[in-house]
Amino acid sequence: MVDLATRPSGPVPAPAVPGPRSGRSVRLLGRVGGPGLVVTYLSLLVVLPVAALLSHALSGGLGAFWHAVSQPEAVAALKLTLWCSLAVAAFNAVAGLVIAWVLVRDDFRGKGVVNAVIDLPFALPTVVAGLTLLTLYGPDSPFHVDVANTPVGILLALAFVTLPFSVRSVQPVLAELDRETEEAAASLGATPAAVLRRVILPGLAPAMLAGAGLAFARALGEFGSVVLISGNIPFKTEVASSWIYSLSQSDDLSGAAAISVVLVATALVVLVGIGFLRRRFDISEAA
Amino acid sequence: MSSRWRWPLRVGALGYLGLLVVVPVGSIFYRAFQHGLGAAWDAVTTPDALHALWLTFIVAAIAVPLDTVFGVGVALILSRHRFRGAWLLDALVDVPLAISPVIVGLGLVLVYGKTGWFGNWLAARGIQVIFSLPGIVMASATVALPYVVREVLPVLQEIGTDQEQAAVTLGAAPLAVFARITLPSIRRSLSYGVTLTTARVLGEFGAVVVVSGAIEGRTQTLTLFIQDGIENLDTAGAYAGAVILAVIALLVLAALGRDRTEGRGRRHPWRSPSDPSPSGSARPLRSTTSPSMSPTAP
Repeated sequence: MVDLATRPSGPVPAPAVPGPRSGRSVRLLGRVGGPGLVVTYLSLLVVLPVAALLSHALSGGLGAFWHAVSQPEAVAALKLTLWCSLAVAAFNAVAGLVIAWVLVRDDFRGKGVVNAVIDLPFALPTVVAGLTLLTLYGPDSPFHVDVANTPVGILLALAFVTLPFSVRSVQPVLAELDRETEEAAASLGATPAAVLRRVILPGLAPAMLAGAGLAFARALGEFGSVVLISGNIPFKTEVASSWIYSLSQSDDLSGAAAISVVLVATALVVLVGIGFLRRRFDISEAA
Repeated sequence: MSSRWRWPLRVGALGYLGLLVVVPVGSIFYRAFQHGLGAAWDAVTTPDALHALWLTFIVAAIAVPLDTVFGVGVALILSRHRFRGAWLLDALVDVPLAISPVIVGLGLVLVYGKTGWFGNWLAARGIQVIFSLPGIVMASATVALPYVVREVLPVLQEIGTDQEQAAVTLGAAPLAVFARITLPSIRRSLSYGVTLTTARVLGEFGAVVVVSGAIEGRTQTLTLFIQDGIENLDTAGAYAGAVILAVIALLVLAALGRDRTEGRGRRHPWRSPSDPSPSGSARPLRSTTSPSMSPTAP
């Protein structure tokens, strides 16, 4: 069993010896039928829709694409989405680090419950998330804090749904971080701030970046939790996904596809960029 | 770090979690039951609410098995065969996680809608996909498609094929190998994946709202019923519906949490769209961990 744990996790070649008693037709079904069904399913649900998005976005030529993307309402929605997502990813990177720190290094009664609560935003349907925030921070707020129909409401919703990404990417790395280095630095007279900056943060930076990237990508496309609390006021609180939704409801499918392509491309660029940065971190760590 | 920082950090972390997650989620329970249990019961037994519950159940009953079979199939193909384009299959599975649910729905409308690629073909055969049950099922199945693959694939890669090959040389038929060897070894990760798939299907909103048209009493799932209730100020129904989904979410967390304490190590019910192994971020530190600390160790 020991070598199982250390086995490289690459694809394992198929057994070359076919079962002597297995019927020919069964083998044929396994060989062609299974992969065929899988590819069909994936094509019907993912490949064709993505192809259709690209094709519709560019169906009227680049001019039409640009026209759809440069509509004032589209630009406003994209800008709002972009800065809200960036702000939330950055804020939750710090909040996620603090929460992960408390979960890993601190000890108190009920820590297990707190640890489970981190995953609640993931398990909770987005509409329910939106409703919970609206209940507490909407017009009927028991605290008299009403952020409904404002960008603050959007930030709140995005912070809620992206929280698990920010905490869970840092937590395992923090748990594995070598504490002896920290203790050595402290015993050599480094202040806590210096230990944090010189020892802890460099080790955590790739994980924090990864978490922020995932949070950003999730925030860019978030719809359900934002839509209830933001009020979807054009030019003020309308995010890109809800602009796509309203275009699709008014049958401007090509316009909706164009905005979608911009949104997906932005997420891709950020994720690829973060991957690149993390590799550079990893290399400098290993050196 | 010095104990001077312990309390501020603890208060900050717990305060943020409390105000962002715990108190808001608690408040919907309060709002749902503030007029008593009877009022909440009445709110979820109106014809529209019952239909939304029923439709949500039907959608899950179709979409979850489909995703499960597909997920196990993809995991088997990716772990047991080497072929050109394996990376593409691997990447395509993650697409629904990386794009907005609204865009998932839009893509389906562009293919199966009235003016979509297959619109005429489907209309000529009298099949309505968009604004109807098949569309809702497809949207739900698409957004939840990666979970089973991402749970089962690492386990299949980890266990290897030694036992399966032994069974084959002893004359076991492929189905017997799957039922007797493969399935028992992936049972736990499979149940984990199915739980996540079910949770996602029951709670999906963005993709479904685009394809369903949200026709009351016809294509309104529970999440759409909740949103409709808020917009039309029928808050009693919305809160009662939200409580049902919140309870399901808590049950899912409890199920996964127990699994985690049973020694599955760090398993988290989310998976990154870009990086199939979150622990990969720990690579430079890996050398310090013994094999027995690896997340999949028994």
